[in-house]
Amino acid sequence: MATVELKNLRKTYLTEEIIKGISLSIEDREFVVFVGPSGCGKSTLLRMIAGLEDITSGDLLIDGQRVNDVEPGKRGLAMVFQSYALYPHMDVYKNMEFGLKLAGMPEAERREKIEHVARTLQLEPYLHHKPGQLSGGQRQRVAIGRAIVRNPKVFLFDEPLSNLDAALRGQMRVELSALHRKLGATTIYVTHDQVEAMTMADKIVVLQKGVVEQIGSPLELYHHPRNLFVARFIGSPPMNFFPAIFQGGDTTGSAVQLRDGSTLYVPVTSPGLLPGTKVTVGIRPEHVELAASGPNSGVVEVIERLGAITLVHVRMPDGQIIVVQMDGAVLTDVDTRVSLTLPPGNCHLFAPDGVAFEACHRHPLAA
Amino acid sequence: MAVKTKTSTRIGVTILGWGIAVWLFFPIFWMFLTSFKNEIQAISTPPKLFFMPTLSSYAEVFERASYWHFTLNTVIVSVGATAIAIALAVPAAYSMAFLPSSRTRSTLLWMLSTRMLPPVGVLVPIYLLARNTHLLDTCTGLAIVDMLTNLPIIVWMLYTFFREVPAPILEAGRMDGASRWQEMTMVLLPLALPGIASTALLSLILCWNEAFWSLNLTSSHAAPLTAFIASFSSPEGLFFGKLSAASTLAVAPILVFGWISQKQLVRGLTFGAVK
Repeated sequence: MATVELKNLRKTYLTEEIIKGISLSIEDREFVVFVGPSGCGKSTLLRMIAGLEDITSGDLLIDGQRVNDVEPGKRGLAMVFQSYALYPHMDVYKNMEFGLKLAGMPEAERREKIEHVARTLQLEPYLHHKPGQLSGGQRQRVAIGRAIVRNPKVFLFDEPLSNLDAALRGQMRVELSALHRKLGATTIYVTHDQVEAMTMADKIVVLQKGVVEQIGSPLELYHHPRNLFVARFIGSPPMNFFPAIFQGGDTTGSAVQLRDGSTLYVPVTSPGLLPGTKVTVGIRPEHVELAASGPNSGVVEVIERLGAITLVHVRMPDGQIIVVQMDGAVLTDVDTRVSLTLPPGNCHLFAPDGVAFEACHRHPLAA
Repeated sequence: MAVKTKTSTRIGVTILGWGIAVWLFFPIFWMFLTSFKNEIQAISTPPKLFFMPTLSSYAEVFERASYWHFTLNTVIVSVGATAIAIALAVPAAYSMAFLPSSRTRSTLLWMLSTRMLPPVGVLVPIYLLARNTHLLDTCTGLAIVDMLTNLPIIVWMLYTFFREVPAPILEAGRMDGASRWQEMTMVLLPLALPGIASTALLSLILCWNEAFWSLNLTSSHAAPLTAFIASFSSPEGLFFGKLSAASTLAVAPILVFGWISQKQLVRGLTFGAVK
């Protein structure tokens, strides 16, 4: 259906640069998620693609055509807003009809399309209800219906689920994924929720302060974060970090010394790094192992028992809290002393500037 | 104890409210009463509250001046000025509310500041402008001046109403392919209609009661109801009976109109303030 290409896109408000040169290529039928903390520019970037914000410099191409100066309604896009933004004075049918009417589609064709979409989204009983009479989930469906009915080249979603309660959000997430598979339309989705990003995306774009931190598949970001920011942002609970001193390395791995004096041989390459440099070791909570005694010991401060998993918060001698995620129930109790084992194969190593060192072996699912 | 205090406060507030209402309404009530007195009763001391009502003042007023001529002028000027003002203010308020620039705020303040100047300060230039453009004593001329005087307030009110409309709804319209004009007429106006209606109502009332420019820019042909009242005030000394009858006739239509639409008006005037 459509490809979208961003070439060094920039946006300046007054004197402040919000988007600092973003280049990105979105393939046909791809589901791309922009994710990042609030204020990172993800919504602005989406609005620039939509045409609701001017592009200060750079090129935006849809299907190879430069559309920087094309009106929003003529770019062949449809957008679902966080607040739904339904027309409150029109019923559901008219909400979906508005765009088609403006496009000059004949009445019979409009009716057929709207009825088809209403069937897909189970909106038939509400066609003549005003938005004010609908629940949050139903309004969300109408907003999606209004986008689908126009048969756009690209769907844009701006945090569409953040106004829904947790249960409904989970359900809509699955529905949206299914819908995307069914329609096969190129989709750009903005969220600050990494669960949405991980579960729905073909490709995730992590943004921070108007800059792309990393682009990749969900598992690529998870297993091979390119820097400390992505490592911290993707994954919940977030990755644990230990300060360490680099001792030396070769093509099969790098040796680092942790605070307690133990040495870890991490399978990452560290070309050009001088021994004695301060580095950071990162490891995800589910990869840390607990032992009754040994090096790297700390005191259990909090235990969160979630049933299927248990999160053990351990306070280390330097005051830092390390989170360990265990399967099932764990017998450990609060205030007991435990020792942490860090399997080197699951460790990440970050240079002083926060950039990750290349792993010797790629994760099989994150090629 | 707490409940008791609350009750007494409520009674106090009620009495105060009624007091203010009576105080504000008294002149209108007295004018209405006086209009049914003969000239002797109208100036008697002590003032008479109970008397034999008569329609003689009304009869004389109707005999001396063409009430309908004045009313028609007022209607033409008020409706005309309001319609043009709304038509100009909607796009202005739209651009200020949805496409603000760094100077929008100061532009709004500047517009309002024109209302702070006493009208008499520009009497001579406006009079000369009207004379040179042959708009003296015409409904068109008076309507233009009324429209311009009220425009700042109308833009301000519409601006506040438009600000209440969530911008994403208009953006959704734009994504749906609406032009700026369609966005304004098909999405914004239906949503802001209650606000526009109460703004128009206020403008209508202001124009209806406007006296300064009416008296200075019109004489006979385009004279509105305010001039009709004024014509009973001076020439042969004050005749309070006839003056009251004329005043009652002049304010009655807008009073009734305002009464009918008070719900709309109150909603409009408190809109935004309560949110």
